[in-house]
Amino acid sequence: MNTYIPAIDWALAMPLIVILGTGLVALLIEMFRPKQNNNLIVGVSLAGLAYCFVLLVNQLGKPVATTFSGMILSDQFGTLAQLIIVGATFLTFLFSESYLRQKRIAFGEFYPMALWSAAGGMMMVATENLLMMFIGLEVLSIALYCLAGMSRGERRSEESALKYFLLGAFASAFFLYGIAFVYGSSGRIDLEGIHQGYGNAQDYFIVFAFALILVGLGFKAALAPFHQWTPDVYQGAPTNVTAFMSVVSKMAAFGALIRILGYSYDLQELWLPAISGIAILTMTVGNIAALVQKDAKRALGYSSIAHAGYLLVGVLAHIKMPDTIGLSTVIYYFIAYGVMTIGAFAMISITAKGGKEGTRTQDLNGMWRKAPFAAGILFLCLVSLVGVPPTAGFFGKWAIFNDALAADLPVLAIALAINSCISAFYYWQIAKAAFVDDDPALQTDFAPVSGGLKLTGVLCAAMILGLVLAITPVMEIGKDSSANPRIMKRIDPEDRPTPTGANSAGN
Amino acid sequence: MIPILTHLPFAAVFDEIPLGWFLTLSLVMFTLGAVGVVVRRNPVVVFMCIELMLNAVNLTFLAFAAYPTQMVALSNPGEAAITGQMVVIFVMAIAAAEVAVGLGIIMAIFRLRNEADVDDMNTMRG
Repeated sequence: MNTYIPAIDWALAMPLIVILGTGLVALLIEMFRPKQNNNLIVGVSLAGLAYCFVLLVNQLGKPVATTFSGMILSDQFGTLAQLIIVGATFLTFLFSESYLRQKRIAFGEFYPMALWSAAGGMMMVATENLLMMFIGLEVLSIALYCLAGMSRGERRSEESALKYFLLGAFASAFFLYGIAFVYGSSGRIDLEGIHQGYGNAQDYFIVFAFALILVGLGFKAALAPFHQWTPDVYQGAPTNVTAFMSVVSKMAAFGALIRILGYSYDLQELWLPAISGIAILTMTVGNIAALVQKDAKRALGYSSIAHAGYLLVGVLAHIKMPDTIGLSTVIYYFIAYGVMTIGAFAMISITAKGGKEGTRTQDLNGMWRKAPFAAGILFLCLVSLVGVPPTAGFFGKWAIFNDALAADLPVLAIALAINSCISAFYYWQIAKAAFVDDDPALQTDFAPVSGGLKLTGVLCAAMILGLVLAITPVMEIGKDSSANPRIMKRIDPEDRPTPTGANSAGN
Repeated sequence: MIPILTHLPFAAVFDEIPLGWFLTLSLVMFTLGAVGVVVRRNPVVVFMCIELMLNAVNLTFLAFAAYPTQMVALSNPGEAAITGQMVVIFVMAIAAAEVAVGLGIIMAIFRLRNEADVDDMNTMRG
């Protein structure tokens, strides 16, 4: 028996290795750290993230390549998605330390766990192998279950961890059952298997598999009707963890979903109506439920459900016409969504002071007077979340709206426009609490705005306003990205690669 | 019958029992698990139901791996079989990691409120 060891291109896996290694180093420092001082851990983590960011930027524009027997794929979309994950982690870490200290849960373990969680997300978006996606999903989720319950003395936090854990594990089982049926109908566990399996005698297996995978990823991406856990977990988890998971977890789930949809082009007539319905339902449920919320974090949680719906519209437009509509609008909107959501959560985090945290909308009263900087950034983020020009949120929505019209999906475009109008009401409620209402009976003390929080705010504000200028370069970079890098064009049954292909990944 | 299974003492089983029976059994297991997650109230039991679902998936993978040629004309059925069996190892390892974290979270809840019933997890509403 001859053993064949494939050549490994370490450069492609380097961003992932850097993040995992930084997590290990951060954990080692945590063991020997001086008490109640996490500064060195934060510094090392931020340095690792910055280095990883540079590595990823260098990978942009390189040709599509795989390594580790096809387990890791490097393409434009994967690299951009990884950049968003790394950037979101960086922004979260900047304000985490002061928040955790105010909340009296300054555990150094937060940083390595969040880094490994981000690494799981990076695994999910940079592969075409379903097993690798599943492992990435679990690495991402298991770390997040712990992080959600990090505030151990707080009932809400523990409750959110339990809910997230039980529902997340439930969803993973569905995802895995879907992979089992992809495997059963094609003998492969990579995405090639989906369109190879479709068309042979047992193609109902693929349809079943596709539905199960959609349920599993729908949970992670918080698409209605699988969104029930989202508001509870977002409200209960510590605010920095909420900021982290609202972007990283969503980007990872969307990255995997986009690739799977790209390879399921053949089944489109089956799933396009279903997923269009999910997109409309997600937008509407998120926005309507947010209207009656009394808690700022919970309202922003529902807002993130609504934004998942907007993103899904952009994804559908691309998948429907992969040749003419690129993924650049989805990438652009994800960057905009990331900075405005993290910015809003970061500014709300100053309500945590001396071990207590009030996240009700009225706890923001008087923010304008006591913390004008934070209130100003919060206002800018809210304006961008509504989608008022000239913010990044407006241009992102506008681009998605145009894509939906170009892809002949007018119902989705109209639903997006109506939902944007509805969303203005609850964002106004949050802004009103921070700016207009100043009830002396409800006065709360805000934590001082730390340097890290200031930096987060400045970066988020610069991105929200500056993405307007960057719209052309971002669109240009994203133009080459595709959900299906090997098969950019329409897949004809005759052109399908044979199972014995040279790059039969996973077999 | 694929070459890697022929040496097993029970190899003849695969000639007599059709694949559909294994798939039906795993589907029943998966459904029982899913129903259990919805109706049971103790988080530990809910978690056991999730484990049942994962084991149903493992059974599905192994059943498909034992009958690779029934599904599609594969050029190398042995390789396809190993793929499925390898996935099961990964799933078991991940399930173990989930147990460690899940029981930790359930313990933390017990410490806070001396009981753990998923119906009482209602401090957040709306």
